[in-house]
Amino acid sequence: MNEMVDVLIIGSGASGAAVAWSLADTRMKILCLEQGDWMKQLDYPSNRRDWEARVFGDFATSPNIRARPTDYPINDDNSPIKVVNFNGVGGSTIMYTGHYPRLHPSDFRVRSLDGVADDWPIDYPTLEPYFAENDRMTGVSGLAGDPAGPPRQPPMPPLPLGKSGARFAQAMNKLGWHWWPSDTALATTEYEGRAPCINLGHCTPACTQGAKASTDITYWPAAIRAGVELRTRCRVREIVTNERGMASGVIYYGTEGIEQFQPAEIVILACNGVGTPRLLLNSKSTHFPDGLANSSGLVGKNLMFHPYAQVYGYVEEPLDSNRAPPLCLWSKEFYETDSARGFVRGYTFQFGRGVGPVTEAITSADSGRLPWGSGHHRAFRRLVGRRIGLSAICEDLPEAHNRVTLDPVLKDGHGIPAPKVDYTVGENTQRMMDHGIARAKEILTKAGATDICVNSPILYGGWHLLGTARMGTDPERSVVNEWGRCHDVKNLFIVDGSVFVTSGGVNPTSTIQALALYIANSIKQRLATLFD
Amino acid sequence: MQRNPTTTMPGLSPIEIRDLRCVAAMMIPASVEYRVPGADDDVIFADILASLGRDLGNVRHALTALRQLAGGALADLDAARREAVADEFRGTGGASSAALSRVILQCYYRDDRVVRSLGLEPRPPFPKGHTLEQGDWSLLDPVRARPKMWRDAP
Repeated sequence: MNEMVDVLIIGSGASGAAVAWSLADTRMKILCLEQGDWMKQLDYPSNRRDWEARVFGDFATSPNIRARPTDYPINDDNSPIKVVNFNGVGGSTIMYTGHYPRLHPSDFRVRSLDGVADDWPIDYPTLEPYFAENDRMTGVSGLAGDPAGPPRQPPMPPLPLGKSGARFAQAMNKLGWHWWPSDTALATTEYEGRAPCINLGHCTPACTQGAKASTDITYWPAAIRAGVELRTRCRVREIVTNERGMASGVIYYGTEGIEQFQPAEIVILACNGVGTPRLLLNSKSTHFPDGLANSSGLVGKNLMFHPYAQVYGYVEEPLDSNRAPPLCLWSKEFYETDSARGFVRGYTFQFGRGVGPVTEAITSADSGRLPWGSGHHRAFRRLVGRRIGLSAICEDLPEAHNRVTLDPVLKDGHGIPAPKVDYTVGENTQRMMDHGIARAKEILTKAGATDICVNSPILYGGWHLLGTARMGTDPERSVVNEWGRCHDVKNLFIVDGSVFVTSGGVNPTSTIQALALYIANSIKQRLATLFD
Repeated sequence: MQRNPTTTMPGLSPIEIRDLRCVAAMMIPASVEYRVPGADDDVIFADILASLGRDLGNVRHALTALRQLAGGALADLDAARREAVADEFRGTGGASSAALSRVILQCYYRDDRVVRSLGLEPRPPFPKGHTLEQGDWSLLDPVRARPKMWRDAP
């Protein structure tokens, strides 16, 4: 049997890395189990000539298409938005784009301000110091002074505007609408040993330069130096509880596929909004017949994605295309509630640059813009390098029927039941998306674009996995308390996006990591009475 | 649920290869005007065959569908009939049709000659990267002048 550890963290992604690093200064014995591998930057797509093709293969964002041995399948047939993720040290930060806004103060008071969903049990000021700490650890680029959000001081300057950004900026100024250079998790200068961005332009499927802040190169080196052990190729099957209803450890499959028991005093789940409910539901026992920590019946329920409404068009002059990070600007013009719009809550516009020739050819062929035969070449030359686009990242409200359950048939490579996702886009969200599409068309038209295309919701757009083990003070209406501890199991914590009460209308990684640091600090402050 | 086929399967048969090459030529013919080869060019087509990988099943399915529509090998039809069959096939859509198109396009648009014809360098992004102009940051002045837009929360 493995030696007992003080803290066992499951998952090494955005939140697992942050909590491991923060807890390391307690000198407790900390172990993280990760089902994937350490990644090698030179293996990433942008180091090879087939860089664009690999996003349809071993660097696909969908685990069902990527199908590495380290992935687990997800039945998302009953969802118009497919789950995307990555399994490896760094988790989905390996394959995120690094757009790094924070939730707004109003996002924590949705019920009080707008009469929908629920308020969070914590607020923005509580998280603010952890946002700042996380910005320093991650290495965030951006620009202070944005009137659309609370003050913040990104440690590095923003990404350049480039041709695409300048064109969007001019269009937004003509419309009188807010825009600002995005906060990004891309290093624009040398930062803590990380090389600066050199515009490989292919950020999402992992950064060969190492300019993108995936946690394998940010938090993990520091956590390991501080004594945390990270064990790869270890897939946890279930959390085991003892006769007192406390977590006693986990059963996992190690490198050789051998079943092992890892005892622990504290277990922390950091497996994202699909992986965490999957593991809890797979941890049934006599004490917990409906799955672990599920006395509320809410484990797996209230899944929120952020449906993306993508709109793009083509201009006459060649723009930045794939020769720069796809990240560019954001707009919060339609973020805060305005009842005149026909929906509550709001969305962020995320402005992009363009795509490479292979991606342009494939997407244009799929949508019928690119003909076969003699007209192919002329048509392609009017498209390639001239795409300009943006997406509305729409707030998804929690709805119990949007959920993660266990698939009765589908299993992963170790025979562990796989997750099943049932999801529909809510009415309020749909109205928001329609509004976003209409505004995006106005923006693109002002930017001189024609041949405008809509891709909504983005099919493989389930990047943000939120809400399936929500935070709250009432054990009947939440899974974890206001500092991340499960109501039902007093030595079991959840630090990933599962604990979100509402989703906001921004990419969530910054907030997920700030929450993980906050929960880690809450644990440290309460060590003497942690299980009371 | 789209899944990657994990089983190994034999490569394409000679008749399937001939039809695939025929489809490649129909999709992207050589162009004198743009001085580029077609997708049935020896080098490009060899890359297509070598790169089928996990798409082999879907590509085979697409070629089978084409053969059924053609009543035999697509490559044996005259040009007009081939066009008619291809039009009908594209109208059916689906994963196999998309995969067939993708395996051709992803190899064609990484061929050195084709990439150069687009005014691009035939190289991976790393390690040289690219240059991105700063742009005119004075564009931000009217936004800086805006009052606070976010809501305080009680």
